[in-house]
Amino acid sequence: MSKPCHEMGEIFAVRRVGAYTEFTVIAPGIATGFRPGHFVAVAVGGPDTGMILRRSFALYGANTTEGYAGTVQFVVAAQGPGTRWLVQRTVGEKLDLVGPLGNPFSLPAVSDSGPVPAVLVGGGYGAAPLLPLADALQKQGSHVEIILGAASADRLFGELAAKRLVGQVTVTTDDGSAGQQGWVTDALAATIERVGATAPDGARAGGARPIVYACGPMGMLRAVGDIARAHGIRAQVSVEEAMACGIGVCMTCVLPVVGDDGKSRFLRSCVDGPTFDAERVRWADVGALPADLVGADAMGH
Amino acid sequence: MTDMTARLGHLTLPNPVLTASGCAGYGRELHQFFDVADLGAVVTKSIQLRPRSGRATPRMAETPSGMLNSIGLQGPGIDSFIEHDLSWLQSVGARTAVSIAGGRVEEYAELARKLANHPAVSMLEVNISCPNVESRGQVFACDPTASSHVITAVRGVLDEAGDRTPILAKLSPDVTDITEIARACADAGTNGLSLINTLLGLVIDTDSMAPALGGVTGGLSGPAIRPVAVRCVWQVHRALPTMPILGMGGIRSGLDALQFVLAGASAISVGTAVFGDPDAPMRVLGELEDELGARGFSSLADAVGFAHLSEDARARRRKKVVNA
Repeated sequence: MSKPCHEMGEIFAVRRVGAYTEFTVIAPGIATGFRPGHFVAVAVGGPDTGMILRRSFALYGANTTEGYAGTVQFVVAAQGPGTRWLVQRTVGEKLDLVGPLGNPFSLPAVSDSGPVPAVLVGGGYGAAPLLPLADALQKQGSHVEIILGAASADRLFGELAAKRLVGQVTVTTDDGSAGQQGWVTDALAATIERVGATAPDGARAGGARPIVYACGPMGMLRAVGDIARAHGIRAQVSVEEAMACGIGVCMTCVLPVVGDDGKSRFLRSCVDGPTFDAERVRWADVGALPADLVGADAMGH
Repeated sequence: MTDMTARLGHLTLPNPVLTASGCAGYGRELHQFFDVADLGAVVTKSIQLRPRSGRATPRMAETPSGMLNSIGLQGPGIDSFIEHDLSWLQSVGARTAVSIAGGRVEEYAELARKLANHPAVSMLEVNISCPNVESRGQVFACDPTASSHVITAVRGVLDEAGDRTPILAKLSPDVTDITEIARACADAGTNGLSLINTLLGLVIDTDSMAPALGGVTGGLSGPAIRPVAVRCVWQVHRALPTMPILGMGGIRSGLDALQFVLAGASAISVGTAVFGDPDAPMRVLGELEDELGARGFSSLADAVGFAHLSEDARARRRKKVVNA
């Protein structure tokens, strides 16, 4: 795990993308440790603000070598006072960042039957961490397909970048304003079957079983996990859970997760996630206190 | 250079800045940002006898200059804590104030027994802002007799073990007269007081039109509660001038910390500020030292309770500083 840095980063670029704002910020310490799936926690409101908690965003990319040495990128949706303040920032202003945080996606080991093909599913700006992941997967030889979905066209993120990266991109919107009308899960089963039958070089079926990666709202992640399980394949998901600290001390962002020992515990999305094996998350119990959770018996008194 | 040595009763700390219980885990996470051995002490998240899952989510709501939390004391239980967490704190050389919590007087005593004479424990902070299961869930800290029973029990265990580790009773501000509880704890043999715990609050989510937190009510913390905390420190210092106070509640800067010191705190805890700035404790320490120096204090001890002095006494002290 890379050690997080606390940096004041100058905003290098701000770009409006539909309903979102994409930031490129100079933060060499964070950029150095970046792996796809990491996130960054950003202070909002300025030094005398009444908004005392950071906002967390999945990192969309980092550049440690080329022209923009030491920059990181993330995508913000203006949803409340903190993010509204953030999207009003301009080039040259500084942002207070902590990162890289969390556990990145784990890349599948190349199996005997070749590199593992992957289907990446992004809901809204949940697509952001999947694009550098797609790049990393392709670099190790995996065949990658991407499904992007959102409520409407302006809430899609990364369609063009995804198309530049991989051959097959499927887009869905709830209202049909872009791509197919429907949900990402409508397209997932067919994509898994197609990818499973296609080895990276276009050879016939019999290659490695595909893996699914997803980032987006809880309901979508749960549905993606269900479809992957129905196909007997793994899904690794990145959750977007509300966090107060992002570094593992506040204990607010917990989810009920089954451990290696078969016992369930409340795990912190920030330091034990945000990437989880979909099968380990007890989706139906999110927001509840299941009686079989370790330590639930002590809560009665 | 200001002498930042802090005294909490018979315990001397190299500086007065501690973490606050529940805001720093057991130290490991913050150690990525600074050496926790540089703190006055790490105050651990409250530990209980058994592992606890904590409450259902949502556990947090941001509020104006603060936050409301309802974690439910999630933790591994005392045995796992001693084996894995206290030993880690010891391995990095951190001074540690272990915060203990329970639902019965006997649970506090049992926790004290487990920790008695442990070389890594510098202090015991007794979190009495817990529901007393033997008194229909009334919070210990809201009742002088119940508070006194807990402190007497913990004191008794340590005395029996020949352990001189100081006890700090952590009080709730949600009482009519905090000095009454403070006196009860003092009479029961506490060595100091931690002031203050969170205030009980509630946020309604206007979309769901229901309480925002899974636990319904939660503890309010952050700068929003600072004036309440400074008032509590002020009142208790006035009532019990020799009782050491660890002050906390919304401290985010050196000037915030200075208010607590001037009101009577011998040391301070940085709590919720850590969530927004993991470097806050060491930053506050540096700022506090600068602010004391800027006001002519050669030592932290000279500033403790300074705001209680009469105008004449304050003027005499300032003149002495200018002439020095």
